[in-house]
Amino acid sequence: MTPLLRIEDLHVWFELDEGAGELHAVQGVSVELGAGERLGLVGESGCGKTTTALAVLGLLPPTASVSGKVLLDGKDLLADGEESVLPHRWVDIAIVFQGAMNALNPVRTIGSQIVEALELHGRSTGAAARAQSAQLLESVGIPGSRGERYPHELSGGMRQRAAIAMALSCNPKVLIADEPTTALDVMVQAQILELLDSLCRDFGLALILVTHDLPVVAQLCSRAAVMYAGEIVESGPVDDLYHAPRHPYTRLLFAATPDLTGRNGGIASIPGAPPRLDRPLTGCPFRPRCDSAFEPCATERPLLTEVAPAQAAACHLNDRAPAPA
Amino acid sequence: MSALLEVQDLVVQYPLPRGLFGSLARREAQQVHAVDGVTLSVEEGELLALVGESGCGKTTTAQAVLRLVDPVSGAIRYEGRDITALGPRELRPLRREMQIVYQDPYESLDPRLRVSAAIEEPLLIHGVGGSKEERVERVREALQRVELSPPELFLDRYPHELSGGQRQRVAIAAALVLGPRLLVADEPVSMLDVSVRAGVLKLLDGLRQSGLAVLMITHDLSTAALFADRIAVMYLGRIVEHGPAEDVVARPQHPYTKALLSVVPAADPRARKQLQILRGETPDAVRIPGGCRFHPRCPVAIADCSSHDPELRETAGAAPGHEAACILLAPR
Repeated sequence: MTPLLRIEDLHVWFELDEGAGELHAVQGVSVELGAGERLGLVGESGCGKTTTALAVLGLLPPTASVSGKVLLDGKDLLADGEESVLPHRWVDIAIVFQGAMNALNPVRTIGSQIVEALELHGRSTGAAARAQSAQLLESVGIPGSRGERYPHELSGGMRQRAAIAMALSCNPKVLIADEPTTALDVMVQAQILELLDSLCRDFGLALILVTHDLPVVAQLCSRAAVMYAGEIVESGPVDDLYHAPRHPYTRLLFAATPDLTGRNGGIASIPGAPPRLDRPLTGCPFRPRCDSAFEPCATERPLLTEVAPAQAAACHLNDRAPAPA
Repeated sequence: MSALLEVQDLVVQYPLPRGLFGSLARREAQQVHAVDGVTLSVEEGELLALVGESGCGKTTTAQAVLRLVDPVSGAIRYEGRDITALGPRELRPLRREMQIVYQDPYESLDPRLRVSAAIEEPLLIHGVGGSKEERVERVREALQRVELSPPELFLDRYPHELSGGQRQRVAIAAALVLGPRLLVADEPVSMLDVSVRAGVLKLLDGLRQSGLAVLMITHDLSTAALFADRIAVMYLGRIVEHGPAEDVVARPQHPYTKALLSVVPAADPRARKQLQILRGETPDAVRIPGGCRFHPRCPVAIADCSSHDPELRETAGAAPGHEAACILLAPR
């Protein structure tokens, strides 16, 4: 069975200011998403998770160059640049961003912005579009009458709901949510996560949740891909990533995450910082921060390989054991 | 023993701008009741976490404690001395003893100052630290206290050459160089990457162990649970629950605390819990609901809650010193 969305060997380079070379932000990402599936794309700032999401929708700035494939139902959205992605953007794949304020036009009511989206994509017009806009708002928990409000008249949580309603206006199959709750309070975050959960269940929406917040992924997604230095270092069911991680970064990231249940009674940070991506990497990019690095890590870059059913990791520990000390 | 810092019945209000028409129509000026009767204390060597959602008044409380905003009423005592009404000149020596670290080290550090200059600046402003050599020595000590060592590696760097965690450490060093006894940390790790948060929190924990009093403002109950001695939960300008950190997390008493704890996502996917999601947003601090201020959102409110404003008191179901403000709870 072909997956709904399949990213194959995606690379993104950003051209830096003159003479400063290139930044290799995404270094060969491959990942699949089934219909109605929820995937968490997790990592720290600068790991390439947002760049990956934007590349899928062809929303990268002109300074970026892209290679690889983004297959939607087997059709490559990157084949002919804007021409091939335009018919699918918002229609099949939609995105909501972290700061909903930036996604909404401040001088127009939220209702009219959704009407505009509906009309632009030829979904409906006039009174029918207005009715559908109210319906969309209701479906994300905003009373239809609030469509008359301007974005600044709404709270952060309500704005994020409005942005989700707008993203859903063309009834997409995939919703990409880029840090949808990062700027929100924990109670409002819970409301938005509950909404995303019910949208996925009720409409069979597939979700890519891009976030740095592991617990949010653990609670909302069935599968996750952990990114580090522009590549996926481990992917698999969230349960296995937590209980049986096969990459030290996954294990250490969980150990650095505070949690009320207080596993191990505390948290530990990961020493050091991610490598710069504007120069070539040799060996495993995580090696300088890793607590279990051994000889091959310095010279050979590990590849993402299957380590268990549905679980893959890019770590030499999985294919050979370090020599006993 | 009296605490280093004591705050009693603190009230802070901000006037709401009436706008041109409001002023012309002589409409009554409205107030934002940012802090509406807060009592708390912090001892030396203790970390108190003030937890709540945005707009609950936690940052205003911290600013009032440092006398950066003026309270309408209430008292702030430092070492038993009332500092609520002190003028700028009298406050100056006290400012050395009470320092603050802000949320965003990308904004709190001057991008044009090298690390050495950023940490030395407070010494120059307060005219302390003696000669140039002595000041340099104090800067180096401060860097070592925040575990940026050897100091030589950092002295000449600019903020943009440092990682987020290192920047926040520099900001902490600049607060420590004056030798404060009270440190207010306003969301000290919320802008930092997950992998470096623990380090900064452990640093604060180490400073606390060496005798510093820390008032940590945070919206994150899981960090508070790990690092605080006591937790105070704020809702709409008031502390609604307060007690030893472990007991507040293990045996929350107030319905608001219970709801807040229930929505903290667990890292273990198997630990899915019963969420108690409150509807609506934090109500607006201009029109505070009568009776218990939480009653319009409270899942267990009864008729009396809309008329009776409950006080903080020790409750029967919790450890000594663990108080909550809810009429449904039996007193200890």
